[in-house]
Amino acid sequence: MADVDQAMKEAAMAKEAGAGRRTPDRDPAGQAQGGTHSGARADRIFRFCARGAGILILLALAAVTLFLILKAFPAFIGDGGQRSKAIESLSGGRASGFWQYVGPLVFGTVLIAGLALLMAFPVAVGIALFISHYAPARLSTALSYVVDLLAAIPSVVYGLWGALVLVPHITGFWGWVARHLGWIPLFAGPAAAPARSVATVALVLAVMILPIITSVTRDIFLQAPRLQQEAALALGATKWEMIRLAVLPFGRSGIISASMLGLGRALGETMAVLMILSPGFSYALRLLRPSTSQTIAANIASQFPEADSTGVALLVATGLVLFIITFLVNYMARRITTKAGA
Amino acid sequence: MHSHVFGRSLALFLSMGLVVGPAACGDNTLPSKGGVGGGDQSLSGEFAGSGASSQQSANEAWIAGFRQDHPQTRISYDPSGSGAGVNAFLNGSTIWAGSDAPLSKSQVKQSEAICQGGTAFDLPVYATPIAVAYNLGDAGLNGPDHHLKMEPSTIARIFSGRITNWNDPELARLNPGVTLPDLHITVVHRSDKSGTTKSFVSYLHDAAGSAWPYPVGENWPNDLGQSAKGTAGVVMTMTQAQGTIGYADAAQTTSLGSVAVRVGTKWTPPSAKAAARVLESARRDPEAREPRRVVLDIDHTTGQPGAYPVMLVSYDVACSVYRHDQDRSRARFAKAWLTYVVSAEGQRQAAANAGSAELSEAVRAMVMASVETIEVD
Repeated sequence: MADVDQAMKEAAMAKEAGAGRRTPDRDPAGQAQGGTHSGARADRIFRFCARGAGILILLALAAVTLFLILKAFPAFIGDGGQRSKAIESLSGGRASGFWQYVGPLVFGTVLIAGLALLMAFPVAVGIALFISHYAPARLSTALSYVVDLLAAIPSVVYGLWGALVLVPHITGFWGWVARHLGWIPLFAGPAAAPARSVATVALVLAVMILPIITSVTRDIFLQAPRLQQEAALALGATKWEMIRLAVLPFGRSGIISASMLGLGRALGETMAVLMILSPGFSYALRLLRPSTSQTIAANIASQFPEADSTGVALLVATGLVLFIITFLVNYMARRITTKAGA
Repeated sequence: MHSHVFGRSLALFLSMGLVVGPAACGDNTLPSKGGVGGGDQSLSGEFAGSGASSQQSANEAWIAGFRQDHPQTRISYDPSGSGAGVNAFLNGSTIWAGSDAPLSKSQVKQSEAICQGGTAFDLPVYATPIAVAYNLGDAGLNGPDHHLKMEPSTIARIFSGRITNWNDPELARLNPGVTLPDLHITVVHRSDKSGTTKSFVSYLHDAAGSAWPYPVGENWPNDLGQSAKGTAGVVMTMTQAQGTIGYADAAQTTSLGSVAVRVGTKWTPPSAKAAARVLESARRDPEAREPRRVVLDIDHTTGQPGAYPVMLVSYDVACSVYRHDQDRSRARFAKAWLTYVVSAEGQRQAAANAGSAELSEAVRAMVMASVETIEVD
């Protein structure tokens, strides 16, 4: 999101600059020819379209916000008794207040998305560096192509793969982890069998967000200034030192942007979580156990069909919370990027 | 082994989205009673129902069978879930609803808005045995010929987390001669609200006594083990790992092992026939006093030999007079439809296609008495 905005802003600036330069051409110097005229018109049309597109996205955002607030509103006005009854029905009697209900869901959402990012990030940066600086030209083109292709796979496919292939095959591995690393509370057993646990979901989400992060960081690394890299090498830096000196600092804000894109996708992911995770309702940091956590998005999808009108309003309210979390994540990413860029 | 599990899981998974079981095939080959171009032409138009997904395959069979006699009708059944189905019915957007739970008092009251001069009533149309199924394939205990024996209280102790290993002495005592593995028991239950859960829990509540400490409800009452969405999800989860145990429609668990529960002095495995035997002795629930309602009270503690008391009874909800029904086409459809559904022929179709238990003569007579009161002229 953030880098798209950035690109749009740059494009808009470039366009304005272009328009500014073009203006003297239209001056009554008598040289105005047909070609320039139609160019000016095309310019106006293009500016109109671009501005329209920019406004449209703002309108869409406003409409979504308005929808969430309006639809969630009924859950907070009116009968408190009815609300707590609806929450008890949604949570199977595990919660009666809204924050009590949404708290574990926020925890689960952030935990799973955060773990996915933690696993995907180093690998993605590694792949990107390999493509941009290590792989032979042929291989790097092929790899780039494959990564872009992976980014286009719909999440339901990752979900199917996770639920049907990964879950039965990784059960033994998580069991081994629980037996040998079980003394770390995070990995305390008994491991879920089948492995429909937070660990498995986070792994699938990591695979899912890997291509986006890779794709964006690779583009950034490829733009790192050649001259600085060559200068570093000329001063006797090794390749790793050169990357550390000339490539990574240049790409820092881009890497963060890319991670936030990935995190955003992980936060909102529904199908894969719904298909793989055995949902739970707690603040437990036990990655290998089943039925400890659930994400907001998957919870909405699973509860919606059987919810009554108050229940639907409550689910939309949890959606609003997810919306705010995503907003905060993007905002923080923006802050970090601008600081890093400055 | 793996590819078998994979294929089965894939099939189940796909069925989560498009629940078109084997019922969908072969429906059209029913013998037509009216002959070519025959049947009752007086009933025509589009008629919609929605509700319990448990009734889905039975409804497919019924729609095909009903259309043999009423070729001018187009009928749809949306398996949106019991709650959603009853809500749609109470909004007046469907003619009948399928529901795994009888109507609540407030739902009956609400139905005055759509049923003219009266309230809606629920009739049992579909009953199916619920298997307590397990996956001990590596120990050679899966398949339709293997049934571990369990007391109701044993099942309750497993599903409340007090028996946690398959080599527990209690299981060994009940199953002499069977080598039980040293394996952790993973309980698998439904994550969504479900009539199956409610039926299973009320069986434990009635039959297991103090061994089952939880109240009866549509949500699973504890955080034990794993949960999965829908029957297909539960069965898939069970097939994916050894040592799992769960409950699901018996027709869906044939590749797993199923528990033979203690009834009287005998051990009875799940079957449609054994469930039908319990239906024979089912009484009307005295709580449902509103006119025309037929709510069955299943005797979970039956001692009748050959009876299997863990079962789901699903209802159809309808009105005797519909509002906004000047030409009475909705009432005429409801009457004809319910008459067919509870007829011997309709019950046989459901049993053949969905593996359900046929309603007994006595129950069908009670239901027909209510269906007769639907006013069509």
